[in-house]
Amino acid sequence: MDTLKIAGRSFSSRLMVGTGKFASNAAMQAAMEGADTEIVTVALRRVDINNPADSMLQHIDRDRYLLLPNTSGARDAEEAVRLARLARAAGCEPWVKLEVTPDPYYLLPDPVETLKAAEILVKEGFNVLPYMPADPVLARHLEEAGTVTLMPLGAPIGTNRGLRTRDLISIIIEQANIPVVVDAGLGAPSHAAEAMEMGADAVLVNTALADTDSPRAMGEAFKLGVQAGRMAYLAGLGPQRNQAEASSPMTGFLREE
Amino acid sequence: MKITLNGEEREFGSELTIGELLTELGLQSNRVVIELNREILNLAEALPRQLKSADKLEIIQFVGGG
Repeated sequence: MDTLKIAGRSFSSRLMVGTGKFASNAAMQAAMEGADTEIVTVALRRVDINNPADSMLQHIDRDRYLLLPNTSGARDAEEAVRLARLARAAGCEPWVKLEVTPDPYYLLPDPVETLKAAEILVKEGFNVLPYMPADPVLARHLEEAGTVTLMPLGAPIGTNRGLRTRDLISIIIEQANIPVVVDAGLGAPSHAAEAMEMGADAVLVNTALADTDSPRAMGEAFKLGVQAGRMAYLAGLGPQRNQAEASSPMTGFLREE
Repeated sequence: MKITLNGEEREFGSELTIGELLTELGLQSNRVVIELNREILNLAEALPRQLKSADKLEIIQFVGGG
C-alpha cells in the first residue's frame, strides 16, 4: 500500500487540511470529510476575554484526525518556540507546523528564524514540520537539523496562484531524504495534482477549501487531484519532447506517392 | 488585584486563583492553555495557583488556522 510515512507514523491520505478562514465549523468539518484527510492544522491565539467563543476543538474528532498546531503569528524563532511549547502544554502530541512569518503582506517564511526555531524544537523532542521558502539549500539545513518533513511553499499563503516555485520544489524533491509536503498557494486540484506528479509526498491546502460555497465537494476534488497526481507519478510520466512523435503509424498511408 | 490579562490591564476585587478567574470569565478550563509570567502551566498547576497584582496572565486557545 502506498502510505505516507512521517516520524514513524503511517497515513493513507496525502492531503493535509488547514482549518482557517471557514465560514462556519460545519463548513470546516465538511471540507475535512470531503478531503478524507488525516492531518489538520490549527493555530493558537489569545481567548477574547470580552467575547469568549466556544472552542473549535470540539468540532474536530481527535480519534480521526491528528491535530497539527501551527506557530502562525510568530515573527521570530522565540515566538515560534513559545507557541509550540504552549501547544504541547495543551496536551497535543508533540507535532508542530513551524511557521515564522514576520512580514504580514506576503507572509513569506523567514529562513533564518525558521532554522533557528527548528533546531531548538527538535532538541526538545518535537516532530517539526517546517513551512519554508522553496530553497533547496535551506531544505538541506532543516533536514540536518532533524525536521520530519519539508514544507516548501508553492506561492504565498492564500493567493491560490499554484506552483510558482515549481523549479525549486523539483530540486527539493530530488534531494530530500524526508517527505516533502507542498504547502501554500494551491488554489485548484490541478495544482495539487501537479505537485504530486512532480514527486511530492503530500500537500497541504486551506484557503481553496474555505473560499468556496461547497467545501465538501472541493475537499473531495482535492482528494481526487492528489490521488490522480500520485498515481501518475507512480505509474511513471513520459518525458516532454520538442519534436512531434506521431501516435498513429507512419507507414501504409492511403495516398499517391 | 490588578493584573495584565491577555495584554490588557484588568482590575479584580480580590486575589483570585487562576481556576477562580476562569470560572468568573465563564471559560472552560480544559479548552485553554495558561501562561503566567511567561511560564507555561499545565492545568493541574494552573487552577490552584494564586494570582497577585502585577501578574501577567495569558489564556490561549486553539482556533482555525492553516
